[in-house]
Amino acid sequence: MSIISTSIKEIVPDQFQVIEDVSSVMKVNRNYSITIENLNVYIEDHPILKDINVSIPAKSITCIIGPSGCGKTTLLKTLNRMHDETPEVRIKGNVIVDGENIYGSNVNVNDTRRKMGLLAQRPCPLPMSIFDNVAYGPKIHGLKRRKAINQTVIQYLQYVGLWEEVRGRVRSSATRLSIGQQQRLCLARGLAVEPEYILGDEATSALDPLSTKKIEELFIKLKEKYTIILVTHTLRQARRIADYIIFMYLGKIIEAGPTEDFFNNPRKQITKDYLSGSFS
Amino acid sequence: MKYLEEKVFKVVMVIAALVVLGVLLYILGTIFLKGLPALNLDMITKLPGGGFYLGKEGGVLNAIVGSLYIICGSVLISLFISVPLVMYINFYLPKKSWFSGAIRFSLDILFGIPSIVYGAFGFALMVFLGIKASLLGGIIAVAMLITPIMMRSLDEVTLLLSHDLPDALLSLGATRYEMIKVILRQLLPGLITSVLLAVGRGIGDAATVLFTAGYTDNIPVAFGQPAASLPLAIFFQLGSPVEEVQNRGYASAIILTIIILILSFSSRVISSKYSKNKI
Repeated sequence: MSIISTSIKEIVPDQFQVIEDVSSVMKVNRNYSITIENLNVYIEDHPILKDINVSIPAKSITCIIGPSGCGKTTLLKTLNRMHDETPEVRIKGNVIVDGENIYGSNVNVNDTRRKMGLLAQRPCPLPMSIFDNVAYGPKIHGLKRRKAINQTVIQYLQYVGLWEEVRGRVRSSATRLSIGQQQRLCLARGLAVEPEYILGDEATSALDPLSTKKIEELFIKLKEKYTIILVTHTLRQARRIADYIIFMYLGKIIEAGPTEDFFNNPRKQITKDYLSGSFS
Repeated sequence: MKYLEEKVFKVVMVIAALVVLGVLLYILGTIFLKGLPALNLDMITKLPGGGFYLGKEGGVLNAIVGSLYIICGSVLISLFISVPLVMYINFYLPKKSWFSGAIRFSLDILFGIPSIVYGAFGFALMVFLGIKASLLGGIIAVAMLITPIMMRSLDEVTLLLSHDLPDALLSLGATRYEMIKVILRQLLPGLITSVLLAVGRGIGDAATVLFTAGYTDNIPVAFGQPAASLPLAIFFQLGSPVEEVQNRGYASAIILTIIILILSFSSRVISSKYSKNKI
């Protein structure tokens, strides 16, 4: 126990207590698409996220990085209210999306989630055909005409580059696809409900390098239309695709700013240590 | 010493396996040896004629149809109770809710109650409601018997479901009801297995239907009429002093066994057909 605590002390210098260092572009500004204000998240009264204050610029890729257990996924899940599913989690603070606090009193959770497309770590196709996987979202949100559904499905399968690969077998089971194809299918399924934001929870960590590359290229293509927030474990991926970086440690934001700035001029010692690979 | 333990344990395992197989073969062998000569087309196509129980002409069609009626009705009732209940305690209530714990615990207790108690309870209930021994009474009593079995086995399958699927559905903006519809599709093989377990238990049980469904030589055409059942047909025929009738009892046992085999086989085919999209 003592070994652990001393090593944490070495890693966590005194300035860890200092309020997060957020670059001016990511300072709390309610005009931004997503603004997180004084967010605190507790699981059974243990604080998991502490005083998160950050704004996420629209139409860009923001990567949340940090060592395991620092609260990256917890932060991501606060954005689509998936914590509602775990009653032990308590949330304080505001998450303002398009000018509306999603933790406000008369917010429809389903609408919020629909707005926030989620790409999970491992692809989870629905137990139905490739076609129905993409058609499912539009159908539950009220799209009825067969022609419109067909069009939507084809459009999004084309968008993620899956159409040519699955053409002629769209009625076969989605589970027959390779894992990389499944992840792109899940992306198409998420896009088909017409979200405004895309959340990725280590969306490429289960994929091979080639599939990872395809997903990353898609993210870059998608940021023209969507605001993308990704949790990632790989610094190199963040460097490759992110426009902005949020670096977290022990439930706090240590630094947040544009990618170039973050990697070239880290301001905190702990950020430098993390970037140099002293801990991960 | 180590190797001796290894050998002893291996012998114990093999003996256990042989005992199980042996008992099964012995039972099947007895039924088939004694029943097969008495089994003919009349047995499954004719109602018991006059003097059937003394060895004269007829069959057990009344019991076959009665048993199928009872089991179909009770499986339906049981499905309408167990599916919503399992979905409720798994997807609506919080993980560690005391209420879901209480439901599981009470169903575990109901699971262990002997079937004659259900029969007696069903009978008491029928007296209270003023219903005579009838198809409806049998259906209700058997439903009470099989609901805990169906519910607990479906619950076990549901508990094994990974969290990825519900999360994926909810993050698409699906409501809980929409989510459950897709989850049930994923659970279909498990659901069929639990129905099967329940059917196997319900169709072969004599004690529950003894007081509640009664017995008749005719096929019931209304819920208020008594219904015959195969276990009781077997019971009555085996109790006869006439050897021919006893053998017909064994033949009825063959029929019951074959019905269960057909049901289990066809449900396996159906479940593999519908689970081709399963994750």
